[in-house]
Amino acid sequence: MTALLEARGLTKHFAVGRGLLGRGGGVVRAVDDIAFAIEPGRTLGVVGESGCGKTTTAKLVLRLEKPTAGQILFENQNVAGLEGDGLLLYRKSVQAVFQDPFASLNPRMRVDAIISEPLITHERLDAGAVAARVAGLLDVVGLPARSRDLFPHEFSGGQRQRIAIARALSLSPRLIVLDEPVSALDVSIRAQILNLLRDLQRELGLAYLFIAHDLAAVAHMSHVIAVMYLGRIVEIGDAAQVVSAPQHPYTQALFAAALPAHPDERREEVVLAGEVPSPLNPPAGCRFHPRCPKVMSHCSQEEPKLKPAGGRQVACHLY
Amino acid sequence: MSALLEVSGLSAQYVGARGTRVTRAVDDVSFTLEAGRTLGIVGESGSGKTTLALTLMRLLPPAARIASGSVRFEGEELLSKSEAQMRAIRGKRMAMILQDPMASLNPLFTVGDQIAETLRAHESMSRRGAWARARELLAAVNIAAPERRVGEYPHEMSGGMRQRVVGAIAISCGPQLLIADEPTTSLDVTIQAQYLKLLGDIQREHGLAMIFITHNLGIVARMCDQVAVMYAGRLVEAGPVRTIFNAPAHPYTRALIESIPKFGDATERLTAIEGQPPDPAALPPGCAFHPRCPLVVDRCRSEAPPDARMAAQHRARCWVAAPAPAGSVKG
Amino acid sequence: MNGSRAASLTVPWRFAWLRIEGFPWIPAIIISIIAFAAVFAEVLAPYNPEIGVLGDRFRPPAWQAGGSGAYLLGTDHVGRDVLSRLIFGARVSVVVGFTAVIVAGLLGTTLGILSGYLGGWVDQVIMRVTDTWLALPALTFAIFLAAVVGPSQWNIVIILAAVYWTRYARVIRGEVLSLRERDFVRLAIVAGCSKKTIMRRHILPNVLNSAIVLGTLMLGIVIVTEAALSFLGVGVPPPKPAWGLMLADGKKGLMAGYWWLTVLPGMCIMLMVLSANLLGDWLRVKLDPQLRQL
Repeated sequence: MTALLEARGLTKHFAVGRGLLGRGGGVVRAVDDIAFAIEPGRTLGVVGESGCGKTTTAKLVLRLEKPTAGQILFENQNVAGLEGDGLLLYRKSVQAVFQDPFASLNPRMRVDAIISEPLITHERLDAGAVAARVAGLLDVVGLPARSRDLFPHEFSGGQRQRIAIARALSLSPRLIVLDEPVSALDVSIRAQILNLLRDLQRELGLAYLFIAHDLAAVAHMSHVIAVMYLGRIVEIGDAAQVVSAPQHPYTQALFAAALPAHPDERREEVVLAGEVPSPLNPPAGCRFHPRCPKVMSHCSQEEPKLKPAGGRQVACHLY
Repeated sequence: MSALLEVSGLSAQYVGARGTRVTRAVDDVSFTLEAGRTLGIVGESGSGKTTLALTLMRLLPPAARIASGSVRFEGEELLSKSEAQMRAIRGKRMAMILQDPMASLNPLFTVGDQIAETLRAHESMSRRGAWARARELLAAVNIAAPERRVGEYPHEMSGGMRQRVVGAIAISCGPQLLIADEPTTSLDVTIQAQYLKLLGDIQREHGLAMIFITHNLGIVARMCDQVAVMYAGRLVEAGPVRTIFNAPAHPYTRALIESIPKFGDATERLTAIEGQPPDPAALPPGCAFHPRCPLVVDRCRSEAPPDARMAAQHRARCWVAAPAPAGSVKG
Repeated sequence: MNGSRAASLTVPWRFAWLRIEGFPWIPAIIISIIAFAAVFAEVLAPYNPEIGVLGDRFRPPAWQAGGSGAYLLGTDHVGRDVLSRLIFGARVSVVVGFTAVIVAGLLGTTLGILSGYLGGWVDQVIMRVTDTWLALPALTFAIFLAAVVGPSQWNIVIILAAVYWTRYARVIRGEVLSLRERDFVRLAIVAGCSKKTIMRRHILPNVLNSAIVLGTLMLGIVIVTEAALSFLGVGVPPPKPAWGLMLADGKKGLMAGYWWLTVLPGMCIMLMVLSANLLGDWLRVKLDPQLRQL
């Protein structure tokens, strides 16, 4: 099955802190030569901590940023450098839902205007057709029809996320980028929204790029999981396998650090030393080596490439 | 032996709009905490858990007032103490850690200054002595190179390190009770694990009692001996952690535990709770959870259930789960 | 659905003002009276403000000895009725004040939005111009311009707008810089909206509040500047009545005890500026928390 979206050698560097004369200053290697694929109708979950590059990856896929190098192939066409009409066409197929339900909706716009904005930007429909589509979308996300005339501040956080989802669906996209879609919601609401997202995926054949720091939520929603550290993908493979038997030492530490669901749940304690280094100055060789409990002498010299191991790809010299 | 902390019938309100609008933020809350034990107070937005924490420390904003109840700490009634007496207690015998370390630390002063400030406020120490102690405390919270760090400013440190500094300030005067309000929400997963381990170590070493205020049941499962679940200002269930996780009585607790995604759980759909948490200013009549409850009966809509004892340490407010036989005890 | 919460907030925000406590009634009434006087000056004023009866010079206000009911607030040095001049002067102040504020607002807000959202060289150019402009002291600059283009009511409006647009540009640009990073703007880009559409649909409505508040605060400053210009003789040319001009003329009579020629126009200026400031202050407090809670 050809992938819906494929990233090859995707890289994004940010220049920071130029000196008085415009020279000097460092480079933040936010995303460094990563590759992944998203199948139609499937979810790629991305996990990682601060500075790992998952948010930048989302922005690259959404073309909110232009890659420094590499390709983003959408249905086999490279969208990395697209502008103008080509980019507009791409945007029809790829939409997003962001973390903060309070900042995702323009407080001055009515709900029907918010939901229909992507629609009217791309298509010429008369008012009746637009209204019908908005009504249909409100129904799909489980909001009452009268929501269309209200303003965002009249809704709760969970309801606003539903509005954001309705908006993302308005163009019938193929892929939706979900950047921490439930982290800002109350715990009892999260399950509602995650269920809704799963239902929509099944009914509409949507693909998701699901980014979250809640490992269990990512594990629940994803078919494939990619683990990122300091701009690189260190492990990527089938979700169930990655979760049940993580191979990369960082993945192991990450899952070991996750909070238990029951007081009697014991996890093998893998407490990592030190802090996450700054993306301005990643360690030489394997970027994880200063904190790795299984570090070998080799690790500080050569950066490991993603190799198949245990049914998935792992970037580690152990394999 | 009397407990370290005994809270009984505590109610706190916010008064707005020139005295006309009263919002009950904490409603008739009772619990006890023994020395060296950990209590987790679980709740979502609007549950009143942060107001409860502020009430215990007598740090409520001017718009709030304590309507009734008692808070006995080491046998002393805190609610009748003067502000000066509370100042002597806060930081020395009771300490608090908040969610955002950047907001807890003053960006204009070095870390050493801020630790020393607490020390010198409660224990008569010279500046040099306080700084020396500050270095020791930084080492105690596992900050490498404390001699260097003690002269640094908060913005020069990472989030996890700042939170450790906040922890160091909290334990600096050897308190008996530490209240932590969402201390790890802003931290990364692995940093969170480090931090919780640190808090656990400190607790064991110093015999500290802790109260974790959180919306995250995972923290409760990891760190706490007892759990108290809050909903719309009321304590709807309380008990030992295993009892609550194994056999939750209140439908809200049960639904909350079931709705959380778990590793290795192959089921497609998560069990979701319908509706949303109520607005504290507009609570439904009767049991506040009734609009969302799968077990609702008529009585729930009109009468709020009392605090009924279900087993030795296990209490719940529910007409269906704990029908409140005669002689049910409050608190 | 949270019906209870929705019900109380379905009043469109424009009219919600009247429901909110703390509405500054007195300043609002004062401004309304002044605006009313400005509009209906012909009907309200008992006399022609520009022509005086020389035989009735320096009459004191009616309640003082020597005053008469014919000239309620007295007359000036050429026998013109002070009350009529104040009423027509309101027109000048209102027209000049409001128009200058609106023109400055339009110009400054537009440039602020362009500068803040587009960034790059557009931002650099606009900001450097703004910086230069702001470095010049407003009043001196205004006087210089007035001397160059010559006095006339509309020239004054243009001059005032030209001097004060920079304050808007600065403030609005700052707001736009933070608005630009908000998720709903990002989502508009993801939806495929053009930059022009985003500025119009997403940025502008969300800076309107600040622009309005700034406008009410600027009103006071503009009116005082206009009065200062008139006082210095480079403002609205005589015989057209302007409060500042009345102050200047009345200055001569102060020593002789003709207090009403300066105090009355001075009070009018003060009342208008104070009311505008109080209204703007209230607006700032009322509109901001709403934005914050959204």
